[in-house]
Amino acid sequence: MKLLKFLAVGFVFGIVLTKAEAVSWYRIFEMFQFDSFHMYGIIMTAIATGVLGIQIMKRYQLKDINGEPIHIADKEKGTFRYWIGGLVFGLGWAMVGACPGPIFILIGAGFYPVIWVLIGALLGTFFYGLWKDKLPH
Amino acid sequence: MEIFTHTWHWALSGFLIGLIMLTLIYFGKVFGMSTNLRTLCSMTGIGKKVSFFDWDWKAQQWNLVVLLGAMLGGYVATHYLSDSTNVAINPITIEKLSKLGITAPQANLLPDTLYQLQGDQIIKKILFLIVGGLLIGFGSRYAGGCTSGHAISGLSNFQVPSLKAVIGFFIGGLIMVNFIFPLIF
Repeated sequence: MKLLKFLAVGFVFGIVLTKAEAVSWYRIFEMFQFDSFHMYGIIMTAIATGVLGIQIMKRYQLKDINGEPIHIADKEKGTFRYWIGGLVFGLGWAMVGACPGPIFILIGAGFYPVIWVLIGALLGTFFYGLWKDKLPH
Repeated sequence: MEIFTHTWHWALSGFLIGLIMLTLIYFGKVFGMSTNLRTLCSMTGIGKKVSFFDWDWKAQQWNLVVLLGAMLGGYVATHYLSDSTNVAINPITIEKLSKLGITAPQANLLPDTLYQLQGDQIIKKILFLIVGGLLIGFGSRYAGGCTSGHAISGLSNFQVPSLKAVIGFFIGGLIMVNFIFPLIF
């Protein structure tokens, strides 16, 4: 039962991303061609909503569902990993038109060739784990 | 029904994605999809050999459930909430695509040119998808997050590392679409 609420959140997430067409290769291509405001609008509205919500949570020191004070951990400091890792991710995102969430949403929707993308993504994750200590962060 | 089956407006979609992230914070969690890739790797037991996968991945169970829900949502949305007006991208984009030899959407989310695994180019197509996946998996872990973890969660909390990562995402995407696509298509 505890996990049911996460299933519900995921379900809404899958529907929204599909109906927003953020899972569409075409929308990603269109975004990187600067031919439409659609994807930029989605990302910016999501961030604006997030900023507002987080500010309210912080200002009123709201508690989470378990009654614990809400604390959002800061991202680790670093430079190289964010620029280079981000760039590598961006190459892949534009290439196959899907980021990690949409990879699974598309497979769930029945686009089975996306399983090859998932296999690649798991391998990529594995290689990062393997080479982590040799990479500059 | 049309309001459900047509493409959802960016403002509504973005607002709902923001709410989803906030809901997960309220549940005491962090919105981030690429962590699931690490969890899936760890579930194979590879943590015995590669220390990066030796972590408390069982605490990420909830995230796999979010993923499962997202897959169900994707199924329902494509099978019951779609119509022939979907994926109406800019006609200028369609023209650019045809120059690359990529089919127009015609309400499809994915181009057959890349995702229909048939014919004599099947090996090339599969390789293309695997390489794309490799870059996504490697890049998101190196950068410590993807679109959900950095662009949405991180930027909403004014994280400078996330800003660097998101700028990286866009530089990478622009290089792919403008310089590498013309070479491979």
